[in-house]
Amino acid sequence: MAVTRRRKQPEDEVQQHPDTKPDEDDDKEEKALKKSKSKNYSCLDNCCWFVGCVCTAWWLLLFLYNAMPASFPQFVTEAITGPMPDPPGVKCLKEGLKVKHPVVFVPGIVTGGLELWEGHQCMDGLFRKRLWGGTFGEVYKRPSCWVQHMSLDNKTGMDPPGIRVRPVSGLVAADYFAPGYFVWAVLIANLARVGYEEKNMYMAAYDWRLSFQNTEVRDQSLSRIKSNIELMVATNGGNKAVVIPHSMGVIYFLHFMKWVEAPAPMGGGGGPDWCAKHIKAVMNIGGPFLGVPKAVAGLFSAEAKDIASARALAPGVLDSDLFQIQTLQHLMRMSRTWDSTMSMIPKGGDTIWGGLDWSPEEGYCPSKRKNGKNVTENESTSQECEATHANYGRMVSFGRDVAEAQSSEIERIEFRGAVKGNSVANHTCRDVWTEYHDMGFGGIKAVAEYKVYTAGEIVDMLEFVAPKMMERGSAHFSFGIAEDLDDPKYEHYKYWSNPLETKLPNAPDMEIYSMYGVGIPTERAYIYKLTPAAECYIPFRIDASAKDKNEDCCLKDGVYTVDGDETVPALSAGFMCAKGWRGKTRFNPSGIKTHIREYDHNPPSNFLEGRGTLSGAHVDIMGNFQLIEDVIRVAAGATGEELGGDQVYTGIFDWSEKINLKL
Amino acid sequence: MAAILRFRKLCFIEPTLKNCGSSETPKDEKQEEIQTITKQECDKNKKKNKRGWKCIDSCCWFIGCMCTTWWLLLFLYHCLPAHLSGFKSPESPGVRLKNEGLTPLHPVVLVPGIVTGGLELWEGRPCSHGLFRKRLWGGSFAQILQRPLCWLEHLSLDNETGLDPPGIRVRPVPGLVAADYFAPGYFVWAVLIENLAKIGYEGKNMYMAAYDWRLSFQNTEVRDQALSRLKINIELMYVTNGNKKVVVVPHSMGVIYFLHFLKWVEAPPPMGGGGGPGWCDKHIKAIMNIGPAFLGVPKAVSGMLSAEGKDVAFFRAMAPGVLDSEILGLQTLEHMMRVGRTWDSVISLLPKGGDTIWGDLDSSPEDIQTVSSYQRQNNTKHQIEIKQETKYGRIISFGKTASEQHSSNLTTHDLVKDKLDSGMNCGEVWTEYGKISRENIMKLADNKAYTAGTLIDLLRFVAPKTMKRAEAHFSHGIASDLDDPKYSHYKYWSNPLETKLPHAPDMEIYCLYGVGLPTERSYVYKVSQSDKCNTIPFQIDSSAEGKWLRGGVYFVDGDESVPVLSAGFMCAKGWRGKTRFNPSGSRTHIREYRHKAPGSLLEGRGLESGAHVDIMGNVALIEDVLRVAAGASGEEIGGDRIYSDILKMAERVNIKL
Repeated sequence: MAVTRRRKQPEDEVQQHPDTKPDEDDDKEEKALKKSKSKNYSCLDNCCWFVGCVCTAWWLLLFLYNAMPASFPQFVTEAITGPMPDPPGVKCLKEGLKVKHPVVFVPGIVTGGLELWEGHQCMDGLFRKRLWGGTFGEVYKRPSCWVQHMSLDNKTGMDPPGIRVRPVSGLVAADYFAPGYFVWAVLIANLARVGYEEKNMYMAAYDWRLSFQNTEVRDQSLSRIKSNIELMVATNGGNKAVVIPHSMGVIYFLHFMKWVEAPAPMGGGGGPDWCAKHIKAVMNIGGPFLGVPKAVAGLFSAEAKDIASARALAPGVLDSDLFQIQTLQHLMRMSRTWDSTMSMIPKGGDTIWGGLDWSPEEGYCPSKRKNGKNVTENESTSQECEATHANYGRMVSFGRDVAEAQSSEIERIEFRGAVKGNSVANHTCRDVWTEYHDMGFGGIKAVAEYKVYTAGEIVDMLEFVAPKMMERGSAHFSFGIAEDLDDPKYEHYKYWSNPLETKLPNAPDMEIYSMYGVGIPTERAYIYKLTPAAECYIPFRIDASAKDKNEDCCLKDGVYTVDGDETVPALSAGFMCAKGWRGKTRFNPSGIKTHIREYDHNPPSNFLEGRGTLSGAHVDIMGNFQLIEDVIRVAAGATGEELGGDQVYTGIFDWSEKINLKL
Repeated sequence: MAAILRFRKLCFIEPTLKNCGSSETPKDEKQEEIQTITKQECDKNKKKNKRGWKCIDSCCWFIGCMCTTWWLLLFLYHCLPAHLSGFKSPESPGVRLKNEGLTPLHPVVLVPGIVTGGLELWEGRPCSHGLFRKRLWGGSFAQILQRPLCWLEHLSLDNETGLDPPGIRVRPVPGLVAADYFAPGYFVWAVLIENLAKIGYEGKNMYMAAYDWRLSFQNTEVRDQALSRLKINIELMYVTNGNKKVVVVPHSMGVIYFLHFLKWVEAPPPMGGGGGPGWCDKHIKAIMNIGPAFLGVPKAVSGMLSAEGKDVAFFRAMAPGVLDSEILGLQTLEHMMRVGRTWDSVISLLPKGGDTIWGDLDSSPEDIQTVSSYQRQNNTKHQIEIKQETKYGRIISFGKTASEQHSSNLTTHDLVKDKLDSGMNCGEVWTEYGKISRENIMKLADNKAYTAGTLIDLLRFVAPKTMKRAEAHFSHGIASDLDDPKYSHYKYWSNPLETKLPHAPDMEIYCLYGVGLPTERSYVYKVSQSDKCNTIPFQIDSSAEGKWLRGGVYFVDGDESVPVLSAGFMCAKGWRGKTRFNPSGSRTHIREYRHKAPGSLLEGRGLESGAHVDIMGNVALIEDVLRVAAGASGEEIGGDRIYSDILKMAERVNIKL
């Protein structure tokens, strides 16, 4: 804001000059004379003088900056850090790679822009302006209005009456999330180097707040993707499309693949060989195939690691009732109307995520592997956090002692069917709808007394604490494992986004890649506590005081971490490609080839590198040169074997071994 | 900040004090004398310092004041509640119609015209570093000022092919943002979009058919598959909106672009889209042409010939010499012409139909028009039908007398292609004029007057390469036999006089355009004085003034860009009823909007404007579009609505139907 204001300055000043100059100027000179006679410079004059100096200096700098040749910053960077490597686009161009397959991007949750098409009075003048993405200027100006417009309807999960917020379409939808914070922009720029342009790149923007099937019901997003892929394949000489979904887009596209082949009213009616005809490869970036534990914390208490550590650093600020802010409550109310967050709840229950006493990642510590980078994988995995013995299977536990105790020692009192008791809710909290008010003290106590929740029980627990939300969500999503995939019930769309309850389409030539960053501690399990009883509060909270003495290890601020890309644990991102779909399995009857490409996180060496060219973080990986190069090669026609097959740093194969899943 | 203030004091105040203070110790009388002297000097010094101080500092002080007040005002402005800041604007048509109960029924396709669509850079030369996916055309145009030559280079197309030059890829911006605003604050489609949204339209049932307006129409398909894209999006919207046909709203050149599309989509594959003969009938409910340039615009001629328009000629009259001066080596017009001539699409706007439509040396359809309505606006209410002396048929005449004389007095000889002497080779600026000798230019000027028919020959002579390239894509004649197989070639598709409308009896065609503004119709030219290399040898003779002649330009009624004849003729006569151009009898409606200048500054560009682009904010037009999109037919919105003499003019055009 400040920058734009200043930049406007010169013109505005020119405009103002003719009006104000004659009278004010004279006045000032007289005043100045008087002042100089009295030899005193009043405070006001000093201030003005100072501001004037700063402005002039600013303009001068701005002028110099604009006059500077465009390659100058790069030159400076290179002088300091040594020559930069060629961006992958240039490198591939030199190798002679050219456009071959059209490319489809599927953005994830949160990163896509949303704009206003119809709103209430308080949103006057924001027609077709971004509410989400961009500068977020409106959040500060009219916060409650903004929250109201970003929320969906509690009952239907669709637009509230009188409000239409729609996804931005085109590449601009998710190239930058906020000014300067790239999401897809780097990848797009590099693809453009080898000759890609609008006609063979398509951003499948959709409203990421809706459940997947509702994006079709309301906006026909799936039909739009289908016809655009068909168009691009037809106009690019029959070359099949390479699809690149990111984050939640991965399961959205999984849903699409089932939808497009399903018969008409519920599906897209593309016929059983649509995917085989139109898709060459699906290159999933950071895909939460099996959900993310983060989503649990988000739904349960609107918190995540960041909030928990902020609370640990400055206790009391977030919870203070000063200003009546109640940020977290508002956030929770808003995000609970978004069906899509429920698509990320861990899927597969105890079989995948581990039970009370075991978990696939057991005895693994992310920081250890980083230390022994050169050590081979088997060795590094054997270095254990035995001191703490993290029970990752216990995704939510109340109290640290419970998290660490033997399963036989835990006394659990069944919460299902517990009487919820009197409603806490009274007049004061009426504007904040979080469903916790309907629960009553009894219900809250019952939840806490069950002590430990595994992935399977978490769904039940969420159904207990947020019955309305889960009722809405379970009509669109399912979190189990299919016994018999041929059961006709699996034709319903609610199973389509769960890889453990669907078969992949019959497309033996298609390739599936799982590309994700590793080497960053990622949330896996939480230690909770009850908040001191107070009205209008979220009754549960991450116990940020629970910490390991050893800074290196897995427990920090009440959160157990494993290896992953900071958001998605490697298990969720890699399991399907490592085991669930590898070879001909019941989930992959046509034997689609799968490849795992892991990218080890390397933080940027200095701030000039920005967010790094070797990053493995969930979003920053989109700027990872290696990943971009892989994408370009596949888009230019290479197969998974030509890329080098699997590239693995973690123990994903070992972990997958431990999971006992019928294939 | 405090530190800086202290520093300032050190710099300006301390030295003087020190100098003077140090001389206060002496005890002797002599020294006292010296002291007094030094004191005086000190005082002088002080004053001097004061003065030096004052100039810079009062400057700083002044700027500081300005900035602070500006910020304060800006802050207050932002604090102001949104509805207080403006005046109470009248209810927009969208809101009014929503209250009437209109809801979206037919999906809407918007087809922008020439110039209004944004273009962005996808690949460029080193000089365009850092502009990847930034707008070169549209938006703030900041790059013109920063790197003008680089900008021109990137916007030019290849001379030979009319496609991208090697190493440069400039592509149209897709989506509604392509042409909602041309420049910040200068709306094109934004008002219409906003009103459509008010009754419930949104991204899924509104589509902007953005295309690269520099290319010839068929090349937009060859390079970008723009036509295929349009086809598939219409089909998609048709299916996802419950099999409702679409309403297409093209503007300006978009009108003939869409005409091209209509033929393309039904033509068989390699050349066409393969939609089959019933495609238009199945998918299109109505085409609402706004400011249609069906038969071309005379403006395009002057643009081709000398890169001028009314505005440039007027400017030259105001400040002679500035544009032509070779100081700074600007050659603005030459550069513009060079770039403009690489754009095939400009050729699509040359007047079509030759003398039959636009008039010959002695008569033209507009000759009998009543005193133009722009005269009426000046409150001179003589509605006398006077036979005008103006010979509009002579689109180009050399000298004012030539534009008025009877045709028998004019010297005419055929344009014999004299051997072009390649002697004059004028380096950089490629305008083709460099290759024509002075004698030939004089010879061209000797010919005195050119009609719409002979004009094409003139252009072929002065710009042989451009015309050769473009005439592979466009044709400007009238078909004598529409069943001739040669008319299945795409170069005829954008000329309404050389194509049949598709078989779609239920489709409606609207001509919506503004009237009541003086519009360029023909020009008085002169040979420019300068003999130097690279200058354009012709220019509009802006000294020529007359009753209907201002700044060397003859005006007729229209919307400031397109004359009524071009916009309305096809709907008024060419396609009305079952004609050979409209074999299935698609209904046509003419809706004219009389120009009314905005009443006050607050109205911006006017709610009742009839100007070529500003009409997109015209309340009556928006209402018509909304009603048709919500399902109304042409009769329901009131059928024809005519202010101009278009019907009489069309009467006078003698064309076989």
